[in-house]
Amino acid sequence: MIQNMRVKATTIAVTLYLLFSSSSAWTSPAEDRQQIRAFYQQLFPQLQLDDYAEGVYAIDQDAKASWLAIEEFPPYEFALEQGEILFKRPFANGSGYADCFTNQGIAIAQNYPYWDKQKQQIITLASAINACRKINALAPLAYGKGEISTLLAYMAYTSRGQRINTAIPKDSKPALAAYQQGKAYFYQRRGQLNFSCATCHLDNAGKYIRSEILSPALGHTTHWPAYRLNSREMGTLHRRFMVCNKLIRAQVDPAQSTALRQLEYFLSFLDHGLPLNGPSTRK
Amino acid sequence: MSTIKIRSKRLADYTLVRTLIAHPMETGKRKDDETGELVPAHFIQTLNFKHNDQLMSQCQMGFGVSKNPFFSFQIKSAQAGDIVSISWQDNLGYSDSAEHIIR
Amino acid sequence: MHTTRRNFMIKMLTTTGYALGLVFSKTGLADWLASDFRRRTIGTTLTELFPDQVLHKTNKINLKLPRIAENGSVVPITITSSIENVDTIYILSEKNPVPLIAKFTINPELETYIGARFKMQETCDVIVVLKAENQYYQTRQKVKVTLGGCGG
Repeated sequence: MIQNMRVKATTIAVTLYLLFSSSSAWTSPAEDRQQIRAFYQQLFPQLQLDDYAEGVYAIDQDAKASWLAIEEFPPYEFALEQGEILFKRPFANGSGYADCFTNQGIAIAQNYPYWDKQKQQIITLASAINACRKINALAPLAYGKGEISTLLAYMAYTSRGQRINTAIPKDSKPALAAYQQGKAYFYQRRGQLNFSCATCHLDNAGKYIRSEILSPALGHTTHWPAYRLNSREMGTLHRRFMVCNKLIRAQVDPAQSTALRQLEYFLSFLDHGLPLNGPSTRK
Repeated sequence: MSTIKIRSKRLADYTLVRTLIAHPMETGKRKDDETGELVPAHFIQTLNFKHNDQLMSQCQMGFGVSKNPFFSFQIKSAQAGDIVSISWQDNLGYSDSAEHIIR
Repeated sequence: MHTTRRNFMIKMLTTTGYALGLVFSKTGLADWLASDFRRRTIGTTLTELFPDQVLHKTNKINLKLPRIAENGSVVPITITSSIENVDTIYILSEKNPVPLIAKFTINPELETYIGARFKMQETCDVIVVLKAENQYYQTRQKVKVTLGGCGG
């Protein structure tokens, strides 16, 4: 119920935004992406586009040294191994995850999220895993951490190096609207601290918030799932969205809710062409 | 699934051996997120690294070592086909060991 | 990794195992001394670990450590040294409640080289002590540990 209200609110917000924002009214997604990339380029002239796949480590050399040392033999190796075992294990009915995906589910993570014209919704890799389970009479997996993150780790691993492939189908107005809603979410201020995603990850990218450097939003979708050093477990992108909203004391949309899928769609579109490098470790 | 992963890289002047071990290395001071209770201390105390059954390094450690311990060593000279092994024992009496063949 | 059965066993063994494990080492591997790994200051640790020894300061021990630890729970370290015939390496963290992190014996067939990951609570010196031919050598390097921020 609240989700639907939020979606309606953002639709209204998007419409108003598009009507009243003077400079960027009716910019196409391609124009958005170009403007945002140009903004980051002048902020970080030393970076190539692919560097953004490293996230904050592209702009924080101290943290990068520590990260690389840990990546030599990363702690997510166990989750990854477990994910491969779970991915290959047949379901009770004899079918398996490989039957739900193209190319047996190998090297396909770059094609998610995408707009499904029939279902009229954004399909993320996590939701596709649960859709697969549903068809095969299995209970859905929780979306934040745990088993789903091990499966995502394995699928990300087989997709390493693949270039993110997120496009908005030209003939689909609902797909464009979903993108616009994701974009509105990104720019919308929220919570007690009245921050938007853009406040930290666009306007203040590269600056310090307390003792940390803020990562640019460009490249945010390349390295998931991530083993978090501070929680010492694998987590998903949507879990990270939730934690971030919690930290700025805003309402927390659930993982894989429409709002967060739209946000992921928007961010993934910005990241189109960047190489995938998950699973990864982060602080 | 073994708790021990071992990787080796044979280079001109030495052979690098790295190991990653699945172990919580609990200090006994951490509170469980859900129950609020203290998680009991549970950490590896001793670890042996062997090369062809010869003891190369004996390690004693406390809970100050990170969760999912990582260690790396360099053997001066090793041949393809040599066997390295890692074995550990913790404060609660659990133990595990694994072998790896150098290529 | 952590099966329900394992958790159950851990709960069963906790009280006894905790007590026993901290005092005695189990059969097999090295003699793990609870006294080595108990809470004490760095000063007391060094005096008790190396009684009546001079810990010669040297620049022949090389420590690869991050300048700032992204997260104090995993600080990667690599130790190398040109000192000959090193047989033992100690890693200590000055302000950890238990300053001794780990101790490694080094067989002559190993290079003087150790990589490890350990925990730090706050900014302080990491101290590495090497024993070679009954002489002790030390070096130290500060690592900054930061807290807070949006890392969550």
